[in-house]
Amino acid sequence: MKFIESIRIAMRALAANKLRSVLTMLGIIIGVGAVIALMSIGRGVEKFVTDRFTSLGSNLLFVVPGQLEAGHPGTGGRINPLTLEDMEVLGDRSQNPDVRAVSAEFFTDATISREGKDMQATVSAVTPSFSNVRNWPTVIGDFFTQEDFDERARVVTLGQDVYTELFEPDEHPVGQTVRINNMAFQVIGVMEERGGGPGGNEDASVFIPLTTAQDRLFKRKTVSGGYQVSVIYVSVMDSDRIQETQDEIAATLRARRGISYLDDDDFSIISQNDIISVFGEILGALTLFLGAIAGISLLVGGIGIMNIMLVSVTERTREIGLRKAVGAKRRDVLLQFLIEAVTLAVFGGIIGIILGIIGAKAVSNISDSFSAVVGVDAVLISLFFSMAVGLFFGIYPAVRASRLNPIDALRYE
Amino acid sequence: MSASSTPVLAAPNSTTEAERSQPVIAVRDVFKIYQMGTMEVRALRGVDLDVWPSEMLAIMGPSGSGKSTLMNIIGCLDVPTSGFYALDGVDVGGLNDDQLAEIRCHKLGFVFQNFNLLPRTSALANVELPLIYAGTSGRKRHDRAAEVLDLVGLGDRLDHKPNELSGGQQQRVAIARALVNRPALILADEPTGNLDTQTGIEIMELFQRLNQEQGIIIIFVTHDPETAEYCNRIVHIRDGLIEADVATN
Ligand SMILES: Nc1ncnc2c1ncn2[C@@H]1O[C@H](COP(=O)(O)OP(=O)(O)OP(=O)(O)O)[C@@H](O)[C@H]1O
Ligand SMILES: [Mg+2]
Repeated sequence: MKFIESIRIAMRALAANKLRSVLTMLGIIIGVGAVIALMSIGRGVEKFVTDRFTSLGSNLLFVVPGQLEAGHPGTGGRINPLTLEDMEVLGDRSQNPDVRAVSAEFFTDATISREGKDMQATVSAVTPSFSNVRNWPTVIGDFFTQEDFDERARVVTLGQDVYTELFEPDEHPVGQTVRINNMAFQVIGVMEERGGGPGGNEDASVFIPLTTAQDRLFKRKTVSGGYQVSVIYVSVMDSDRIQETQDEIAATLRARRGISYLDDDDFSIISQNDIISVFGEILGALTLFLGAIAGISLLVGGIGIMNIMLVSVTERTREIGLRKAVGAKRRDVLLQFLIEAVTLAVFGGIIGIILGIIGAKAVSNISDSFSAVVGVDAVLISLFFSMAVGLFFGIYPAVRASRLNPIDALRYE
Repeated sequence: MSASSTPVLAAPNSTTEAERSQPVIAVRDVFKIYQMGTMEVRALRGVDLDVWPSEMLAIMGPSGSGKSTLMNIIGCLDVPTSGFYALDGVDVGGLNDDQLAEIRCHKLGFVFQNFNLLPRTSALANVELPLIYAGTSGRKRHDRAAEVLDLVGLGDRLDHKPNELSGGQQQRVAIARALVNRPALILADEPTGNLDTQTGIEIMELFQRLNQEQGIIIIFVTHDPETAEYCNRIVHIRDGLIEADVATN
């Protein structure tokens, strides 16, 4: 008998019992669906994060206060902040020959208003080198200059989201006034759209001189009167010398901050690779977890299929007897039941894949900048495992069916 | 005996036709013993039986005498505990499961008392079943099944499911299914047992026609002496032994 014929017979048997078939598939549907959805979302997150960081350029280091490394319980609660002077020391080429340029940033939230409209935005108080170090140009106007910085000028460059929120599309922003916590600032430019960044969506930010921010707007200077910064950006001369640069600036900072050789750093230097590898670890753990879910649900689904197939063989004993009486060989009966089991599993797998993709897309729709990535490999692996489960758990019922004695089977009540 | 096969090998001597040709079924000293725990049920106790081409044979006997057991052995659905059985000159005792299936597929047709059609499956699909296992496919299979259904008088019922057919019609479908692979013999275990008298007569007439027009050997079991009148030989079984073997007509 032809293989196609076996498939047709199996399909007809499954179609005759649609509800039961679907219920049997449920275990596999849920398992595969969950795995595909979570895996696609995980991939999406990974892509989202790496895209953000690669847009910063691979030769950028971040220096933040405090100890981020796992296994270091921190510096006893109080974090010794980084300051503008720290940045200046790091930017000193005579001490750190591998450093190309430095910048620093301090974030706070504030209300930005203009002509009756207002919104919450992040105020990024930065140094003039910010636009250059972060490789982030303006699309309208300019970024502020060293002069503006030295004079504590009340000038601001708007992020895209702030610009579109506060201005009409045909309005020219340069020269206009916006208020940050009620203090008037003159708009000098608009940044290019970024669509997010390491600290969230940076398009919803406004950029002002650090000096202006800490002398006029917020009282955030350190006790000793320095300008406090949240992060120092270090642009590295040669992207092959990231590690050397990291060591170099660590040594400089330790010396400057008077850390004895017994103590740990009270700051952290993070490279793009560090971030990507941390996400890699998280994703690895997630994948392992998903693998476990998948394994368990496929196992449960497989047992469900085996159970139903055994019931089916018993129920259809007379049918099997009849088929054998009219000439079905063992192989024919075996194939018929095996194909039924595999079809159940693969159909379940396909439905699961479809539902998983729908779920992943639904999650993607929540945010514009994030989209789930459905991997062809994940789909193929799911299909393969569904099929394997069908084969593995279908073989025993099928062998039982094929071994039935036609006489006993025909006589079965 | 009414053996009437065409004497293609007619030898110019005085031996009878029966001696020259070979029996289609040769059963020799067949025993069938069922082991029920410690108890032995001796369903057949040394049966000898030859069936010749074109015979239509009735097997009669009291309940439990071993009729169905014998039919199942002849039909290659079951194997004897001991003894010899050859079908068309082939010793069936030496065959494995799949070889027996092959024989059931091509040489034998079965008709059961309770029809044994696949439920929720059209008459046509039911009749196609043995063709599937014989490897016939597509148009040819459909046409052959339709042709045989037409032959048994159900040419206008191809798409009816068993539950949409009367008992007699269902039995005709079963007969069509038995016929479809052009078997040498049809085995029918109480084919009229579930039918009313009139329908039973129609079924027996159909068997008779198949026997006379196509030369198919028909072996059937019946309790009803009137049904037995359609055959040309009656074998009486009692307690697992052949008690009498009489030619009729
Ligand atoms: N599978 C079996 N296991 C044990 N005993 C069996 C089995 N099949 C048949 N028998 C016994 O063998 C004997 C012959 O049974 P069989 O079915 O051949 O009788 P029968 O002549 O067909 O009877 P009926 O006219 O009632 O159909 C009976 O005593 C029966 O109990
Ligand atoms: Mg019987």
